[in-house]
Amino acid sequence: MENFTPVSALTGGALIGISATLLLLFNGRMAGVSGIMNGVFNSSRSEMSWRLAFLVGLVIGAFLFNLIVPDFFAMRQNYPLGLLAAGGFLVGFGTRMSNGCTSGHGICGIANLSPRSLLATLTFMAAGIITVYIIRHVLELTV
Amino acid sequence: MKKILLALVSGILFGLGLSLSQMVNPEKVLGFLDITGNWDPSLAFVMIGALAVAFISFRWVLKRPAPLLDNAFHVSKRREIDKPLLLGAALFGIGWGMSGYCPGPALASLGLGTREALVMVIAIYAGFFSQKWFAGRK
Repeated sequence: MENFTPVSALTGGALIGISATLLLLFNGRMAGVSGIMNGVFNSSRSEMSWRLAFLVGLVIGAFLFNLIVPDFFAMRQNYPLGLLAAGGFLVGFGTRMSNGCTSGHGICGIANLSPRSLLATLTFMAAGIITVYIIRHVLELTV
Repeated sequence: MKKILLALVSGILFGLGLSLSQMVNPEKVLGFLDITGNWDPSLAFVMIGALAVAFISFRWVLKRPAPLLDNAFHVSKRREIDKPLLLGAALFGIGWGMSGYCPGPALASLGLGTREALVMVIAIYAGFFSQKWFAGRK
């Protein structure tokens, strides 16, 4: 538990909540990142532009934070690239199949009292926990 | 134009939130999912913080007849619990546990210029397109 950081986690979470609120209040859209990422390539020009702007904002936000607070955490080195790429593929495939990810189901959907989103969130949390258990403690691929 | 600007601001706030909360730190994410190891429960607080805001604000926002810059809210009204929902969420969770990234942090990490971010974003899009192709065949 030596890495426990509840205050920054809570504050960061609140920022994400405010971001989702703004997007819903002004644009009437849910801040679900996988859906927005996918929609950039599957929509008309006007639909594409706000999505692209949101995604560019995401990158700028992380860039700015790293500029203001450099070395906030140590970025991991030498993680197995095959494991990373296969994981990324499943993240993409799975979020499209279930129509949402951590932000779309986990935050926006649950805040909107959607039973679909609640079940999806419980499912991906459980699958993530089991996967990490297998990788770290059964196969011992990573520490 | 206003909608684009608003989306940009919303994205920046989201990216700052993901950074401050360390959702962009894959080791932090895996430490949260590793409940039998040296468990770090911090990321549960990201969800608590985000939901504390969104639970209240969404009630209030959705009482309006329409958003400020559009004619209608674009909110899913689907209710069905079906196989694609659960199987898709399970596949996503497996990928999340393998990589330590969900889509938002993967994309935001492009701003950190890491190789991991680039690999993740390409792999996620490969997953998107494969799923579309796969669903179209059935």
